[in-house]
Amino acid sequence: MDFGSINPVLLLASVMVSATPILFAAIGELVVERSGVLNLGVEGMMVTGAVVGFAVAVNTGAPLPGFAAAALASAVLSLTFGVLTQVFLSNQVATGLGLTLVGLGLSALIGKPYEGMKSPTLPRIDLGPLTDLPVVGRLVFGHDIMVYVALALVAGVWAFLRYTRAGLILRAAGENHDAAHALGYKVIRIRLAAIFFGGACAGLGGAYLSLVRVPQWTEGMTAGAGWIALAIVVFASWRPWWVLVGAYLFGGVTVLQLNLQAAGAQVPVALLSASPYLVTILVLVVISARGHHGAPGSLGRPFHASQ
Amino acid sequence: MADALLRLTGLTKAYPGVVANDDVSFDIGEGEIHALLGENGAGKSTLVKMIYGLVTPDSGAMQLRGKTFAPSEPSEARRAGVAMVFQHFSLFDALSVAENVALGMEAPPPTRDLARRIREVSEEYGLPLDPFRTVGTLSAGERQRVEIVRCLLQEPQLLIMDEPTSVLTPQEVEILFATLRQLKDEGRSILYISHKLDEIRALCDTATILRQGQKVDTCTPSEQTARALAEMMVGSSFEMPEGRAHSTGDVLLEVTGLSLAAPGAFGTPLRDVSLSVRRGEVLGVGGVAGNGQDELLAALSGERLAPAGTIAFAGRDISRAGPMARRDAGLLCAPEERLGHAAAPDMSLTENAVLTGARREGLVSRGLIDWSAARGFAQKVIDAFDVRTPGTGTAARALSGGNLQKFVIGREILQRPDLLVVNQPTWGVDAAAAAAIRQALLDLAAEGAAILVISQDLDELMQVADRFAALNEGRLSPARPVSELSLEKIGLMMGGAHDMEAAHHA
Amino acid sequence: MIRLEKRRQPSTFWSAMAPLMAVLLTMIVGGAMFAALGVDPVAAIRTIFWDPLFNPQFASYSRPQLLVKAGPLILIAIGLSLGFRAGVWNIGAEGQYIMGAICGAGAGLIFYPSESVLIFPLMVIAGGLGGWVWAMIPALFKTRFGTNEILVSLMLVYVAESILASVSSGLLRNPEGMGFPGSRNLAQWDASANRELISGTGMHWGVVAAFIAVILAYVLLSRHILGFQVRLSGAAPKAARLAGVSPARIVIFCLGTAGALAGAAGLFEVAGPAGQISIDFNSGYGFTAIIVAFLGRLHPVGILFAGLLMALTYIGGELAQLMLGVPGASIQLFQGMLLFFLLGVDVFTHYRLRPTAREAA
Repeated sequence: MDFGSINPVLLLASVMVSATPILFAAIGELVVERSGVLNLGVEGMMVTGAVVGFAVAVNTGAPLPGFAAAALASAVLSLTFGVLTQVFLSNQVATGLGLTLVGLGLSALIGKPYEGMKSPTLPRIDLGPLTDLPVVGRLVFGHDIMVYVALALVAGVWAFLRYTRAGLILRAAGENHDAAHALGYKVIRIRLAAIFFGGACAGLGGAYLSLVRVPQWTEGMTAGAGWIALAIVVFASWRPWWVLVGAYLFGGVTVLQLNLQAAGAQVPVALLSASPYLVTILVLVVISARGHHGAPGSLGRPFHASQ
Repeated sequence: MADALLRLTGLTKAYPGVVANDDVSFDIGEGEIHALLGENGAGKSTLVKMIYGLVTPDSGAMQLRGKTFAPSEPSEARRAGVAMVFQHFSLFDALSVAENVALGMEAPPPTRDLARRIREVSEEYGLPLDPFRTVGTLSAGERQRVEIVRCLLQEPQLLIMDEPTSVLTPQEVEILFATLRQLKDEGRSILYISHKLDEIRALCDTATILRQGQKVDTCTPSEQTARALAEMMVGSSFEMPEGRAHSTGDVLLEVTGLSLAAPGAFGTPLRDVSLSVRRGEVLGVGGVAGNGQDELLAALSGERLAPAGTIAFAGRDISRAGPMARRDAGLLCAPEERLGHAAAPDMSLTENAVLTGARREGLVSRGLIDWSAARGFAQKVIDAFDVRTPGTGTAARALSGGNLQKFVIGREILQRPDLLVVNQPTWGVDAAAAAAIRQALLDLAAEGAAILVISQDLDELMQVADRFAALNEGRLSPARPVSELSLEKIGLMMGGAHDMEAAHHA
Repeated sequence: MIRLEKRRQPSTFWSAMAPLMAVLLTMIVGGAMFAALGVDPVAAIRTIFWDPLFNPQFASYSRPQLLVKAGPLILIAIGLSLGFRAGVWNIGAEGQYIMGAICGAGAGLIFYPSESVLIFPLMVIAGGLGGWVWAMIPALFKTRFGTNEILVSLMLVYVAESILASVSSGLLRNPEGMGFPGSRNLAQWDASANRELISGTGMHWGVVAAFIAVILAYVLLSRHILGFQVRLSGAAPKAARLAGVSPARIVIFCLGTAGALAGAAGLFEVAGPAGQISIDFNSGYGFTAIIVAFLGRLHPVGILFAGLLMALTYIGGELAQLMLGVPGASIQLFQGMLLFFLLGVDVFTHYRLRPTAREAA
């Protein structure tokens, strides 16, 4: 066993990279849930984003169009969920599961020709002297652009929900859709927009996985990241900054267990590879034992504007 | 009328199977408090939703100050100077007062200015409010203030109020009326929806009466007797419950020092509740909504277990017994919420008969349900309580409120309870059905059962109860014989002034 | 404009028609997808839905496969449907299936090479128990702390997969397997083999168990008070409380039953068609069963048919892969679409379409 081979700065830097896909997906899902919709299809949207992003990046030779295409593809896919649950009033749990199954199938289909290929990946930004600073340089100024986009997104969502009128209306629709409707707000439109945004975020997260984090396409490569993102939203009690904490926490567990595996720690590999999931369960249990505070009042309930 | 603020001409709105409004025309004058009077289902809500832009009329027209007024959404109505205080469904528990107010405004100012304006307006009209409180923590009366202040901040010309007093104590009603008269003096008009005749006669200048979607009359309520108004509203006379002459027996239910934590973030804890009910007696429990009614019923039904030694039934401690054991012992309950609590909306009446009748009616043997016996029991309830339904296979959801309520109450009564606890037995029920339900409760008491009626309708409690107690923030006042009570005393009890002697001398 | 209006009673016509409509829509859209992939859509649909049953060239192989594949799907879906009816969302059947297979296989392999007739029944019980225990984890967390069972049961799938990978190259590895991962072959060991009961039908003990489960579930839901309580808990949780139904008991019953059935299905599979514990032993039956449960309207008889139909798409999909070069993943997408269309069409069960005048939505 050789723990000396683990460099703490690189470890932390890789935690940030490892957390980014989940962070994207979770902050998107947070917005969806704050509008009162439970979309369990995050996994399906992520994996679709992963494959579309990869395919477009390979074909264009540039990663950024890949990210854009991934966001768009997942957002469009999420609209199928949106139309089914909001217009056709289908059960949100069942439809979300369906979205995951569809996404997994669709991505496997699209991704077949791309297996084993390499894609262009994002360069780390280089701010010269800033990036050369010891420790801080690598941690704060040494990442690829999408890491900062994810962080900016968290800040943006936070400010949007807290300070803007549109954010207030979105929260109102999530808290009590009957009241929001009675005041004349278009609950269905608000929710469709939130679902679309959530889809785009999940797509970015997926693309980050296939273009930066791995970077390769393999079938079902999200391996539960979408579900962990859902758990993080619960962990965060629907608060944006806590989503960041949660994502980094889980990113940390993932990186740590990989490093421990690589270092040959005397812990069963099965336990290590299961540890992100076990930690998720543990956190969920602790959070629920404390009581569910902050869940939007109308979360998961179907809305039908009758008479 | 030349000075009509809002003129409605021939408004008609039909829903499948029901014409909610049929050719309704009337005027609301400037500076007038105009009552819209009618039973549940008479079409009042649909009419105001058309005025507020939530529903578009099938035909007919509206004119606001002589100009065509056809709002396609509430914001358009709000811009035209129409504001509405809802009976339900328009506040957000988890948001602050200021946020709630902002949501009801077209162009709210920044939060700090808004908070200041809320304070100003609420003080000006005698409705104090803290803009930063979370709405879920407010009392029913305070919640209504939020709605009213939200409307007033928009300087409305027409204020629509939907059943505003159903959640208020008599004292709070007086404060509200003072506010409304102040608004009237400022030249604003109010459309006041209610089915409470005394209020309308005391407050309103004009009244339009709706029955089954049609306008019956527009009159001056102070010139009419309550009886005349009632007859216009109901259309036919119905039997009022007969008075009782029966003796009361032994104490059947004895609750002592029952305290129970609030069930959720916005629930009410029960605080040291004590009460007793005798055989043959009806105990009425009044109080404004949200003061622990649901929690009291849950503690009595066994849905929530109480601390040992707090609830004794027929001399036995049942505090830790679950709903089944309590029903087996003869304690039956009919909760307030018909759809979803007292009955499963998507299940048939037969299945809903099994819901609470399975054991007492012997509908289950060795785990298997005897569906033909269950159908028989459901049919018995339908026959005995005149429930209008195509049959026992109909989903509960498909019944009208009054019919389903008759089914729910009948289902419990036919199981011959020793003690029946009902919460809001006639809420949202038409007058004839309400009278039938009250009569059935009185008959049951006359046969020697003990009855506990929880209700927010004081008139109802005065009609059926022998003794009256009031719930206030989870505390129950000592019970007093109804014959000794006045409206003022009741109001004090509901407001939490339990020691009435002290209150009088103060 | 058209608006949806809630029916006073759910339509029985649409309730029965929705699955058929969904199949039809899936065929149409799936056909378009095949066309886009450069495959003749008519041939693809025929290969998937017709050839496995009626083409003389394939039917003799394919027909028995129908029951082999439908057996576990039905068994798992029956268990899941109880929970879905009660509003208990166990989506971790895949994990319970894996744990059932591991526990059942392990219980048998302890006695290797005994030829006792008790070994197979013991394995079935151990398999059921394995799945049950795995499902009790979310059940207990749910009842004790109110933890979301969807996420916990799903996370446990990944944990079960880790365990599967670990035991197939460790604890249960075939000592005579020359170091390759994977257990002894249970199908080739008389005492543990879950073999075909009637030659040429594909009928094995797991299929028998599935049929029994269908019958028992039918009786439970239509006649038994416990089944009534399950339905009531889903339809109106507060009314269930009033009736004295303990929510915790329903959660434990539903998750436990689903876990035990999924675990048993895993054991039947590992001792029969699959033959051994290996890293990629599980093939997603636990997830497909979710589609089966919904497609069967959460009704036992419906699930029976839905299981057969879904099995057909598996077999037909393989055939289409072989004969037409259709990618395997397209079948997965096909199945997902089926669920999507069903959920969409289902709106007509509860709502009807009405043309309306303009109305603020």
